[in-house]
Amino acid sequence: MNSMARNRLADRIFRVVGLLATLLGLLLLAIFLWGLLRTGLGRLSGQFLSSLPSRFPERAGIYTALLGTVWIMVLTALLAVPLGVAAGVYLEEYGRKRRWAALLEINITNLAGVPSVIYGLLGLEVFVRFLRLGSSVLAAASTLALLILPILIVATREAIRAVPRSLREASLALGATRWQTIWYQVLPASAGGILTGIILALSRAVGETAPLLVIGVLAYVPFAPSQPLDEFSALPVQIFNWISRPQHEFGVNAAAAIIVLLVITFGLNGVAIYLRNRWRQQLP
Amino acid sequence: MSELQVEHVNVYYGTNHVLKDISMAIAPNTVTALIGPSGCGKSTFLRLFNRMNDLIDDFRYDGRILLQGQNIYASDVAVEELRKRVGMVFQRPNPFPKSIYDNVTYGLLLQGVRDRAVLDHAVEHSLRQAALWDEVKGDLRKSALALSGGQQQRLCIARVLAVAPHILLMDEPASALDPISTAKIEELIHELKQQYTILIVTHNMQQAGRVSDKTGFFNYGQLIEYDDTRTIFTQPHHEQTQNYITGRFG
Ligand SMILES: Nc1ncnc2c1ncn2[C@@H]1O[C@H](COP(=O)(O)OP(=O)(O)OP(=O)(O)O)[C@@H](O)[C@H]1O
Ligand SMILES: [Mg+2]
Repeated sequence: MNSMARNRLADRIFRVVGLLATLLGLLLLAIFLWGLLRTGLGRLSGQFLSSLPSRFPERAGIYTALLGTVWIMVLTALLAVPLGVAAGVYLEEYGRKRRWAALLEINITNLAGVPSVIYGLLGLEVFVRFLRLGSSVLAAASTLALLILPILIVATREAIRAVPRSLREASLALGATRWQTIWYQVLPASAGGILTGIILALSRAVGETAPLLVIGVLAYVPFAPSQPLDEFSALPVQIFNWISRPQHEFGVNAAAAIIVLLVITFGLNGVAIYLRNRWRQQLP
Repeated sequence: MSELQVEHVNVYYGTNHVLKDISMAIAPNTVTALIGPSGCGKSTFLRLFNRMNDLIDDFRYDGRILLQGQNIYASDVAVEELRKRVGMVFQRPNPFPKSIYDNVTYGLLLQGVRDRAVLDHAVEHSLRQAALWDEVKGDLRKSALALSGGQQQRLCIARVLAVAPHILLMDEPASALDPISTAKIEELIHELKQQYTILIVTHNMQQAGRVSDKTGFFNYGQLIEYDDTRTIFTQPHHEQTQNYITGRFG
């Protein structure tokens, strides 16, 4: 067998293995979704979405948990996005040559890999206890903001780095300051990438359970939060609580709530993909 | 007095010595062509005048460059102000991903000009100067990216002219263009000479001969010969120059 034929064979084997791996992944996902839909879809109704939590599974709903999740999503975004984007811009545009910036960069990449429970412990100490925020929306949002900050910083830097050098040079050569160039050219050109990063980070935050459990977010809260210092519940916590109960009916409720959570995260990811494609078409 | 005066300039990128003891005087309202083989330092030399090399991490220089008698590398010079006086056109057209109108007004917006009438006037005036007005006047809101390469390059020229610089730096402005667009740009250079001092890098000997008053020949980072264009092309003093312009190397 000559080397050409060998290469072609290797190529074909690789393609088959790749295809099988992909199919296996899709199959597992399909089984999971099928089981989930079969169990939970029948339970989904307007009543389920608009009812308060209850001891009786058939009367229980996710109203407060759903609103709690919306609250932390918005608050987390408000806290994390300005910080993350600003830090990303600073590190990429101003801090590139500095030695401590390289050190920071390594640390940020590492932070993105720290288990979320650890962030929960940090949030418990700093926000819940030291700052006396209690198990409030604000404490949870602050904790989740810390959690997604590294992701935002890295995404911002990557989006900015993809801006062609010629665009910057054109702006600077016309007498723009560095900041004017960032504001009028670099940020608009990288907005699609940054927005994609923001949405993916938020969809990560929405699904996080461990940090919320650690800072003591409750499953049973009979009212929706009306301000940041209110106690609240969130979908992942509600799901976790229902799953750990022995009654089968609560399992059905959990499945239905998981479907709602999945719709939210898939929706967010869909928006991110849409934005990324649109942005790609716009680049020169 | 000369518009630009280069005195014993050396440039290094790290340990790479790319320009060696260059001195040159450039008179106002002239076109100076910079020629030489690839990598000899023409772009580096050109980018000294609007301090674009400052963006490169390991760039170092010594010597002096005077613009109307003032050292442009002096510590009290604001780089942004300098770049308003010394405009640059790049090798590849690099319009902003915005409308034609917004491309031309960008430099003025940076300076805080907001008056609609002033902006409108600047757009028409600059586009006319750049011989693009007639082709785009119907749709100034169109994206600049929808223009042809030659139109984009003329838009980039209009964008620079709107800022009203004294000096125009052009780094192979026609190398990515077809012959017709190239001819338009060359015509433009003739027109602009009345008001601007122009430095142009080119690999096209005919182009250098057609558009320039003076020509500088660079090789290995040295300015081998600098003289009237006619002299350079008819009786150069150095054999290297002779060889280069007749196409025997480079
Ligand atoms: N950003 C940079 N960093 C380090 N070295 C550089 C940089 N830009 C250019 N050089 C080096 O400086 C020298 C001169 O480059 P320059 O771009 O000025 O040449 P040039 O005459 O314009 O060439 P060309 O005709 O190919 O455009 C080359 O040896 C090149 O490798
Ligand atoms: Mg060059």
